[in-house]
Amino acid sequence: MAGLTAVALAGLVGCGGTDDTGGNAAPSAEVTGAVTVFAAASLTESFTQIGKDFEAAHPGSTVTFNFAGSSALATQINQGAPADVFASAAPTNMATVTDAGNGDGTATTFVRNQLVIAVPKGNPKGVKGLADLTGAGVKVALCAEQVPCGAAAKKALSAANVAITPVTLEQDVKAALAKVRLGEVDAALVYRTDAHAAASDVDGVEFAESAGAINDYPIVVLKNAPNRAGAQAFVAYVLSDKGQAVLTAAGFQAP
Amino acid sequence: MTATRPEPATGPVLDAHLAVDRGTFRLDVRLRIGAGEVVALLGPNGAGKTTALRALAGLQPLTAGHVTLAGRDLDRSDGRLRTPTERRPIGVVFQDYLLFPHLTALDNVAFGPRRHGVDRRTAHRTAAEWLHRVGLAEQARRKPRQLSGGQAQRVALARALALDPVLLLLDEPLAALDAGTRLDTRAELHRHLAAHPGATLLVTHDPLDALVLADRLVIIEHGRVVQEGDAASITAQPRTDYVARLVGLNLYRGTADGHSVRMGSGFALTAADRVHGDAFVAFPPSAVALHPHRPDGSPRNTWPATITGLQRHGDNLRVQLAGPIGVAADITPAAAAHLHLTTGQQVWVAVKAAETRAYPADTRPTT
Amino acid sequence: MVRIDERNAAVEPRPARPPRRRHTQRVPVALLLPAVAGLAFLVLPLAGLVVRAPWATLWQRLTEPGALTALRLSLQTATVATLVCLALGVPLAWLLARVEFPGRRVVRALVTVPLVLPPVVGGVALLLVFGRKGLLGTWLDAAVGVTLPFTTTGVVVAEAFVAMPFLVIAVEGALRGADTRFEEAAATLGAGRWTTFTHVTLPLIAPGIAAGGVLCWARALGEFGATITFAGNYPGITQTMPLAVYQTMEGGDLSGAVVLSLILLIVSVTILAALRDKWITSG
Repeated sequence: MAGLTAVALAGLVGCGGTDDTGGNAAPSAEVTGAVTVFAAASLTESFTQIGKDFEAAHPGSTVTFNFAGSSALATQINQGAPADVFASAAPTNMATVTDAGNGDGTATTFVRNQLVIAVPKGNPKGVKGLADLTGAGVKVALCAEQVPCGAAAKKALSAANVAITPVTLEQDVKAALAKVRLGEVDAALVYRTDAHAAASDVDGVEFAESAGAINDYPIVVLKNAPNRAGAQAFVAYVLSDKGQAVLTAAGFQAP
Repeated sequence: MTATRPEPATGPVLDAHLAVDRGTFRLDVRLRIGAGEVVALLGPNGAGKTTALRALAGLQPLTAGHVTLAGRDLDRSDGRLRTPTERRPIGVVFQDYLLFPHLTALDNVAFGPRRHGVDRRTAHRTAAEWLHRVGLAEQARRKPRQLSGGQAQRVALARALALDPVLLLLDEPLAALDAGTRLDTRAELHRHLAAHPGATLLVTHDPLDALVLADRLVIIEHGRVVQEGDAASITAQPRTDYVARLVGLNLYRGTADGHSVRMGSGFALTAADRVHGDAFVAFPPSAVALHPHRPDGSPRNTWPATITGLQRHGDNLRVQLAGPIGVAADITPAAAAHLHLTTGQQVWVAVKAAETRAYPADTRPTT
Repeated sequence: MVRIDERNAAVEPRPARPPRRRHTQRVPVALLLPAVAGLAFLVLPLAGLVVRAPWATLWQRLTEPGALTALRLSLQTATVATLVCLALGVPLAWLLARVEFPGRRVVRALVTVPLVLPPVVGGVALLLVFGRKGLLGTWLDAAVGVTLPFTTTGVVVAEAFVAMPFLVIAVEGALRGADTRFEEAAATLGAGRWTTFTHVTLPLIAPGIAAGGVLCWARALGEFGATITFAGNYPGITQTMPLAVYQTMEGGDLSGAVVLSLILLIVSVTILAALRDKWITSG
């Protein structure tokens, strides 16, 4: 079903591009110039790869990323930042943009992500689940509720009926993960993809309750996109099999 | 500390040999000052006066030499002894006084006693006494910026004297004052210096300050002592161009043979004194007369000269003349009008032998 | 050997103070225009905040416990950080200004490092030194049982780190501008170096220290990057006002963030103005 949607959308995008440029036969040739993508911090590794692949597939195009917390990105977009594509780590931040009328059409969920407990390599505190994070000797970093990873963590914790007193509420998932990598905290609730990307320093401990806090990642072409054709092509590429393969390899789940 | 043995009455309070190398400049000066004596260190700008004062105060390290004060070695370059400034029994009045701007006059004067362990009340009492003595009891609560130049100078003096320094050092103490204030302040300073039982060294480039305030003058040029003695001997027999200029004399050096002194150029002056060998000849500008023609009845010292400069000098006119020897003449306005003096004019110069002094150059006058 | 008498050297009387110059009325346009543009550049963002502020809810926001807690924490930590900077920075400035030592230029350059370092990097650097696994932090943890990250003390450390250069540079400038002959005068009156420093040098450079302190405090108050990186973000413990502002904005509540910013701004400007009045009337 999801695959069908992606293919259908890709087809649509291709048609749109053709229309705009006056009936050129090869859609990929249309895409040139810079494509500016505002993407959630948790997409840093996979989108950077996708950007390279996209540039290879569309010679003459360059993809520029602005990776940051989804809500900061949403604020920047609504304040008129010149972006072509917005990929959010949570539907709420996407809604901030689309509700303000800054999306071109509706957003599409392109991947899903779920939380794991990131612990220093080797798991020195022997964390096996959320219940192990309540002890006084365990320092935990969570994301602030206002950012998607924090909202997801809250959902998971209440689903598990576990109360944690974190030492810090980080503003994005990378900052929470950094605290684990630096050894300042013993655990942090981060996305599986982030733990995956930091596999050399941290281990990701899966826990059952994360299923109750699965995060949808929506993507949209922006209404005021300076490079609309490029934006549409990029979104299509993310939804394509090639794009999805990169995302899955990074630990995301297909929607 | 052991009780200091009283110095013999004849021994100097200060005995110093100050040698300081600073790049191309070298200061090498010996100074001895007795108890109650005021010595003026006089010299042109750059002669090393302030360097000498700073060396005595310990603000400038010695390259060689020594500083001995009241029989105690403060500085000995060979023995690697160097007493830091704050442990020297000295008082300094700086050129622009350097009163601490954040302290009242009273606290400025009390600063020294306080640093020497005197309690606050006693220090304030001492300071108040000193301010009273310099006539500033009313201004005790004022900050330095609320004081006039003359008042600030007196506070600085009181601050330096409040410690009963064995050696009092004054660096151009009147230079920052305007002419009117300077006259009064100089007279008052004289009174305080005369009353000071310790040794006093006054650094100045103003001959009047030196003559009024000091018992003895030490004149330095290019870091060396060129002449020293009391005011009378120095004004009578200057030994360098600078000193001659200071005391307002025309000065020449030559070889004497009886009354005649011959310069290197072959030109000779006749003097009242009989001297032989290397000698100075000096006469005041007022002893010079100018004539439009060769004077009759001829005073012996006459020669033709060209006027190179004219300027007012007190009530008279100072005339600069070039000729076999350069000379300055003081002419009354009446005489000047009579002669119609202008620059470039040829005139005859006549100097009375009776007002021309000659003295040997190779021995120093005893002081 | 010719000597010509000249004027008896009359000493030019030197006025103790140069006469105060009166301000001229005419201001060159070449200066006025960029000056006004500069002012506008600085003030317009503030105007933007004021215009966007939902004034109606201002009071309600202010009385929210979260905002008050963050504000109080900000003021406390910035003040303590400034005191720390004064205690360490003034002696450091004195060393740089008054003592010749090898490598002084290098040290002076090092002092400015926190100025050019992005604060977040500064926070990471602090973690690498004072963090639980840091160079000194490991020892601190093991020997004294103290860990700085995620504590209010950690906030003070982060703020002091980024703010200290402002104090050191201001005070060193004041020291270099101060007439060292006052220190010599103090020495001739029997004051050693320490007494001279406390009784003469410090009072002389008090205005410079005050200016540096204000800069330092203002910088500490606005500190964000190093704080959130080193000390983390937890309400009541490490969440200062700038962190609260950022978090509010992250939550999509832009007007809330604007209100919090204005509160921080009004309170800090009021405090600075009050201090300034006090100095002027007492000085």
